[in-house]
Amino acid sequence: MAYVAVKGGEVAIGAAHAWLARVRRGDPSLPQIDAVQIEAQLGRAVDRVMAEGALYDRHLAALAILQAQGDLIEAAFLLRAYRTTLPRLIDTEPVDTGAMRLHRRISAIFKDLPGGQRLGPTTDYTHRLLDFERPEPEPVITTIARTASPAPRATDLLGAEALLEPDPSGTGEPADLTMAALGFPAGRDLRLQTLARGDEGFLLALGYSTQRGYGNTHPFVGELRVGEVAVAITPPELGFAIEIGDITLTECQMVNQFAGSKAVPPQFTRGYGLCFGHADRRAIAMALVDRSMRAEDLGEDVKAPAQNAEFVLSHCDNVEATGFVEHLKLPHHVDFQSALETIRAMRRDAEASDARL
Amino acid sequence: MLDDLSGRAPKTIAARQAWLGVLARASLEEMRSNLADAPDLPDYTILRGPETGMAMARGRIGGGGAAFNLGEMTITRCSIRDATGRVGHGYAAGRDDAKVELIARLDAVLQNAATFAAFHAAIIVPLAKTRADRWAAIEAQAAQTNVNFFTLATMRT
Repeated sequence: MAYVAVKGGEVAIGAAHAWLARVRRGDPSLPQIDAVQIEAQLGRAVDRVMAEGALYDRHLAALAILQAQGDLIEAAFLLRAYRTTLPRLIDTEPVDTGAMRLHRRISAIFKDLPGGQRLGPTTDYTHRLLDFERPEPEPVITTIARTASPAPRATDLLGAEALLEPDPSGTGEPADLTMAALGFPAGRDLRLQTLARGDEGFLLALGYSTQRGYGNTHPFVGELRVGEVAVAITPPELGFAIEIGDITLTECQMVNQFAGSKAVPPQFTRGYGLCFGHADRRAIAMALVDRSMRAEDLGEDVKAPAQNAEFVLSHCDNVEATGFVEHLKLPHHVDFQSALETIRAMRRDAEASDARL
Repeated sequence: MLDDLSGRAPKTIAARQAWLGVLARASLEEMRSNLADAPDLPDYTILRGPETGMAMARGRIGGGGAAFNLGEMTITRCSIRDATGRVGHGYAAGRDDAKVELIARLDAVLQNAATFAAFHAAIIVPLAKTRADRWAAIEAQAAQTNVNFFTLATMRT
């Protein structure tokens, strides 16, 4: 059904926006928070908005969170809208996550991982007790100054044994969701781009569904790493690569037990998750869903929602989803008027036929 | 296009990559505070920008496979020609016009054999040290969270 535009309501809309601004500010006797504080102190919210807004810029994401009163989907929407005002200048060289300066690196399958395991600033082992005291953090101990040594990806270590499928190679230009609408069948490049910006809750639920038996993939976290990677570009006027800064990424290598099929011998297959910021949950869920959607290619039965690439990719974008779901609350007076007429006519017909009996 | 480096030795390219990488990671304030110890920068004309746009950040499938588009990031660029006729380019992640314009000016004087040493010592060396110190401090914190897990005996043998 078509949406028919309405006119009028300017005064009420103006007053609603003015009230919204006052609600956003809150009690004027309390100090106002600023985007720089959000950037510094609500880092996980910033990470999520950058991922779902599909634009890495910590300050802009913080500004969006502030404007959206902490509604992270609304903030992602603001970021997506802002990005349409910017020209695309260049594509970066693919980042090398093997050279990541690691803040965190854990493996659930190798106890003695070459390069070691490190927890990083994790909440994993906290007791989830609400802290009313909020003690000042301990000062940083910087006496053990040392240089980081990059650690190889765990999957590269396993790969040597050939029990793990290798990374898919390819040299062509990857598909780009921002330049062409999502189409099917979608290659793995397009799937990963779509999942990287997908709604965390949706990815989490789908990943969870695979664990509960809806398309089980027998997953193990081969490695989860968080840290900074250098980003390089090759400007045409220079003709060589230069670094433009660093971004924080989370990468998850999911290793999945696979019994084999007619085409593929028994081995470990893989799901891959990579996303902006420090986001364990997002990266793990993304890797689960990535592997699930490979069901058809690996000759597995496609029965569960998470195995259906068209279903997953068409519904994982929360900015698109919220636009279509929330538009239902806008005036549909004309639409509804026609539906009302239809129902009345059907009633009249039904009553007339009853009377004839 | 704006500048042709094709005839230069790889060593020069490596040096230029190094200083552009250091400058891109420094803040405008850090650069300005080090400028006090450097000679005056020559006059210049803008060739392009400064302008902010986006770079599409790419990853590799599985970490080492074919490339895919991960998501965009903000990037700012600027190109200048200084009074000696040298063309400088500035690129950095983020949206800081003034910083990137200054990078372009520094890129030009660093290409000049006559001024390289003074600017390198005054700007690049201290900024590189700041960067190394920052990374070492993060690594020190990270290394304190290194962990050895022990496997306890389980029912499955």
